[in-house]
Amino acid sequence: MKYLHLIWAALFRRKTRTILTLLSIIMAFLLFGLLDAVRVSFAEAGQSANGAERLQTGAKLSFIQPLPKSLQQRIAQVPGVKDVAHANWFGGAYQDPHNQIFTFAVSDNYLDVYPEVEVDPAERKAFDATADGVLVGDILMKKYNWKIGDRLPLQSQIFPNKEGSKNWNFQIVGTMKSKDNKAFQSQMIVLHWKTFDETTPYNRGSVGWYVTRVDDVNESDRIAKAIDAISANSDHETKTQTEQAATRNWIKQMADIGLIVTSIMGAVFFTLVLLTGNTMMQAVRERTNELAVLKTIGFSSRKVLGMVLAESVLLLLLGGLVGLALVSLIGAALPAMSGGMINGAHVGAKSWGLGVALAVVIGVVVGAVPAIRAMRLNIVDALAGR
Amino acid sequence: MANLVEIRNVSKVYERGKQKVEVLHHIELDIAKGDFLALMGPSGSGKTTLLNLIGGLDSPTDGSISVGGERIDRLGEGALAKWRSEHVGFIFQFYNLLPMLSAQKNVELPLLLTNLSAAQRRKNASIALQLVGLAERAAHKPTELSGGQQQRVAIARAIVSDPDLLVCDEPTGDLDRQSAEDVLGLLQTLNREHGKTIIMVTHDPKAAEYASHTLHLDKGTLVEQQGLRAEG
Ligand SMILES: Nc1ncnc2c1ncn2[C@@H]1O[C@H](COP(=O)(O)OP(=O)(O)OP(=O)(O)O)[C@@H](O)[C@H]1O
Ligand SMILES: [Mg+2]
Repeated sequence: MKYLHLIWAALFRRKTRTILTLLSIIMAFLLFGLLDAVRVSFAEAGQSANGAERLQTGAKLSFIQPLPKSLQQRIAQVPGVKDVAHANWFGGAYQDPHNQIFTFAVSDNYLDVYPEVEVDPAERKAFDATADGVLVGDILMKKYNWKIGDRLPLQSQIFPNKEGSKNWNFQIVGTMKSKDNKAFQSQMIVLHWKTFDETTPYNRGSVGWYVTRVDDVNESDRIAKAIDAISANSDHETKTQTEQAATRNWIKQMADIGLIVTSIMGAVFFTLVLLTGNTMMQAVRERTNELAVLKTIGFSSRKVLGMVLAESVLLLLLGGLVGLALVSLIGAALPAMSGGMINGAHVGAKSWGLGVALAVVIGVVVGAVPAIRAMRLNIVDALAGR
Repeated sequence: MANLVEIRNVSKVYERGKQKVEVLHHIELDIAKGDFLALMGPSGSGKTTLLNLIGGLDSPTDGSISVGGERIDRLGEGALAKWRSEHVGFIFQFYNLLPMLSAQKNVELPLLLTNLSAAQRRKNASIALQLVGLAERAAHKPTELSGGQQQRVAIARAIVSDPDLLVCDEPTGDLDRQSAEDVLGLLQTLNREHGKTIIMVTHDPKAAEYASHTLHLDKGTLVEQQGLRAEG
């Protein structure tokens, strides 16, 4: 790349302007990286290895409407079902009400439908035997520096206990781990549904949702239909989906993150295109004479076109790479900042790839007009200052 | 002596909107190999236009131009660019160096279009800078050089790829007397000792004295030829 020094020199011909432009590009890509991490994190939530062989059954109307406990037995009878567990939303906050930790009240066999979640057999036994025991995800254990045997005060957003207080008290009896902490249980707490149901006067034997494990993934559709048929025309009609689809739907109900992210990024990059486009236009206009000299010396129009395009792409790549590098730095701190909602491990290859591709595409878009101008530049007129 | 440049019945018409301006009328001109020709004439008479045609920066509206046996009026944009890079060196009134590059890098510019290695490019550029007496200024940016020095760097850039023909448009127009004489002396050396054919536009009769002869252009027509010679 023997022209690189030429392109580089052209880029930094006006240092202040180029640096200011670079700063805006860096900011744009920083924002892109962070938002993309959020998007990827949400998109991948619940996509564990066994996700496809699990079905999730919730109330058809809304995921907050409870289902009867009696459904468990009837689902278990559907041919092809291996195991049915259930869970309720508990909504735990630790110390500060804003410090939310995903907490589910689960059936005793809950962990059996999540074989990817690893719990030490002795700890599992202790959990089964301890009414106020909880299992805590590995990420949380490390984040809060908890130890097995610790008492754990949790505040429920919704459910009071027998005394009418929303402050509950549990005992940590074990840790939930998973490979690369991929399973969402690594970032949550589970307690006994039985304890939950007996303690709060609000639940009365109802279940938030069912999780069904099937023998054969290919049968998932048929089984899902059969499960929903059980409650058809009742006051608690259900909707059964594979776990991946369910997680995505659940998130969609909260907000369409993807759309929000895309809109924000659209606005940011639109502004970026205008801004860098203007910079490149100016850069080429004030270099008219120099470009004419290059052509005089024998640089072909195509070469000049290529060099201006390369300059534009280089500008975007420089800013983009620095921005993304900053994201990676921040990404390491992201899981803690988001209370475990966003998994830092995902701020990686995908965001980088997409970011670099974006930088190149924007670079070409932004460079196209000035590059064509430079290509069409008439030597004689330019040299005469016409 | 064989002709390097043969111009036959060349006219150049510029269109300004609907108005057509014929800047050169039926020019007939031969320039011998090894010649040092001065081109004089009033402002607007078409000197730059003629020079640009000979240097392959522009194409004639009519007529033919051959340089070194090549009909450059028939070459397309790309081919013409390649031809210029191989056969012509350009020297302008305002030097036209790239301001971000050192003298060395400016001189290396034309060599980027060859397939010489980086080391070979560096070496050739150094030789050219030596020839114009600026070897010790290789690392300087144009802004750190005087006008005369910048023009000598420009001359080094023009000769670095060893072209047969140098075209100079008022090369001393922006220089003081002493710098002008340095530059003209240098051009004369390039002509006499290195066999470069030189065509130089100038307003300065003193500058024209360095050439082996002078042509006058008036309102787009060559009006007279003089056998003026620098002393010796
Ligand atoms: N691209 C162009 N479009 C229109 N008119 C042009 C163009 N180039 C040159 N002209 C006109 O052609 C005439 C000759 O121009 P040219 O630059 O060749 O003159 P010159 O002899 O070099 O003058 P000077 O001594 O001032 O440099 C001028 O009237 C000029 O305005
Ligand atoms: Mg002129």
